[in-house]
Amino acid sequence: MNELALAIPWLGKRNPAAARWVLVLLAVGAPLIAMLFGKSWVRILDFAMLYVMLAIGLNLVVGFAGLLDLGYIAFYAVGAYTFAFLASPHFELHLPFWLVLPLGAVFAALAGIILGLPTLRLRGDYLAIVTLGFGEIVRIFMNNLNHPINITNGPQGINMIDPLVLFGWDISKPLKVGDEITINSLFLYYYVFLACVVLSVVFVQRLQVSRVGRAWAAIRDDELAAKAIGINTRNMKLLAFSLGATFGGVAGGLFAAFQGFVSPESFSLMESIAVLTMIVFGGMGNLAGVIVGALALTALPEVLRHVAVPVQQAVFGHVLLDPEVLRMLLLSLAMIFMMLLRPAGLIPAYSRYSRPELVVGKEAGR
Amino acid sequence: MSATPLLQLRDLRVAYGAIEAVKGISLELAHGELVSLIGANGAGKTTTLNAIAGTLATAGGELLYEGKGIEKLPAHLRLRRGLALVPEGRGIFTRLTVEENLRMGAYCRRDEDGVEADLERVFTMLPRVKERLQQVAGTLSGGEQQMVAIGRALLSRPRLLLLDEPSMGLAPLVVEKIFEVIRSVAAEGVTILLVEQNANLALEFSQRAYVMESGRITLAGTGAELLADPKVRAAYLGE
Repeated sequence: MNELALAIPWLGKRNPAAARWVLVLLAVGAPLIAMLFGKSWVRILDFAMLYVMLAIGLNLVVGFAGLLDLGYIAFYAVGAYTFAFLASPHFELHLPFWLVLPLGAVFAALAGIILGLPTLRLRGDYLAIVTLGFGEIVRIFMNNLNHPINITNGPQGINMIDPLVLFGWDISKPLKVGDEITINSLFLYYYVFLACVVLSVVFVQRLQVSRVGRAWAAIRDDELAAKAIGINTRNMKLLAFSLGATFGGVAGGLFAAFQGFVSPESFSLMESIAVLTMIVFGGMGNLAGVIVGALALTALPEVLRHVAVPVQQAVFGHVLLDPEVLRMLLLSLAMIFMMLLRPAGLIPAYSRYSRPELVVGKEAGR
Repeated sequence: MSATPLLQLRDLRVAYGAIEAVKGISLELAHGELVSLIGANGAGKTTTLNAIAGTLATAGGELLYEGKGIEKLPAHLRLRRGLALVPEGRGIFTRLTVEENLRMGAYCRRDEDGVEADLERVFTMLPRVKERLQQVAGTLSGGEQQMVAIGRALLSRPRLLLLDEPSMGLAPLVVEKIFEVIRSVAAEGVTILLVEQNANLALEFSQRAYVMESGRITLAGTGAELLADPKVRAAYLGE
């Protein structure tokens, strides 16, 4: 939170208190601003919040513990499918959300341990290959487990998933305040997701300055040395995998409820890469960085979609390049320039103010 | 010296898959001793040290620490019993500052006052390190990094310190400084097992030494004895 405020250009360093308020106002007011451009932008904002959660979770694994995971979206899938199984007409189950969401998180954490155990001795490229394979295995399972017994409903996916119902209040329906004002459910989802993001941020910040966070930093720098100073590297790596996966699982459950529909194609390798790109773009290992990265890279393609077509029509009279093609092109260009100009990301970790796990002095003891 | 040795290896074997790197070695360290293990590249010295520290599994034989078998004990629990390793090639946390590196050495300790006291002790022992507390450790010179690595190990308050080639890649003058540090650590009563390629220096410094060749111990004796041994002089001292 503080780091994010400090990262606001100009204002952040001059008046941190004001910057914090700007941040709060932005977070709360974002959907209202988005609404000015149309309802679809509020929807994009909702998705952006889910991506922020994913980025925070993956950052635990990649940024803090230094374990390159290219199959992270599998945990998102586990969370989403858990929700779909337990709260949809598919199995005729309609368990309440406060039971289903934690279950999704637990299953995702288990999946994280299942991935972590056989890969304990792998590092770098080799770990990346195995995790990539794991992500694909999960997706292919979702795609093919409709035969001989129909479990996942195959490529068609599962639809009519129950919406979020908080204390008997269905947030997928517009909320009526008095007679005049109705609040669209997209707004309600936004605030629920925002609350989850805020909780995640607080949790991860606490985690980063804890013994666990410092153990991860040590493993990231030198695993043998980490062992030599008495860190149980096996458990710490498993913890990184499972905790990271938990975030994916929760985000997946929220995604399923929000979308009302899940299918294997939402969980392709490209999605894993996209989340990783957000982290690298924003600043790996830095909480503020990954949040900004996730927001920027969710918004960028959408802005492009809305801008590219009209601009081309105005300039050339017709559409030369499909926005989808442009998207990949510009994203790659953005990454290349990023790596050239700011290799550590938009808001790099390891600068003094953004390395809470490495606090010097007395506080470092505990 | 107490009756039971601090560390005892009995016919210890370590293997990488089918290849046996350490083929049954036996050695002993009494409390407070400074013992070195010398030998050529690939003799199995580092492997032996890693097996003692628990970062490698043993393939057979006994590994006794304070008279108790610790073959099955994981590395992080061995550290808690006072067995600390300074890995080959320093192995410091390059992105942390010097002070953070040192404090990480006390990761397993709960006695804050003791840690602060030990930190002061390390500072008096390593004045060079104290000058650079806030510097990122990766930017230190090789010798300074080695000192940080030794200092970090000391902060776990070890009873047995395993040093893996502290002279590796360092200039002769720096090596001498490192050995002075090692001597002052030994003077505090810490038992040290030193693995070295620089046989001359190691033998001069140690009370006793073992010579390792292709996974076996071929010679043992006091430092002075081995220094005088014509075989050792021929093989390791270039005479």
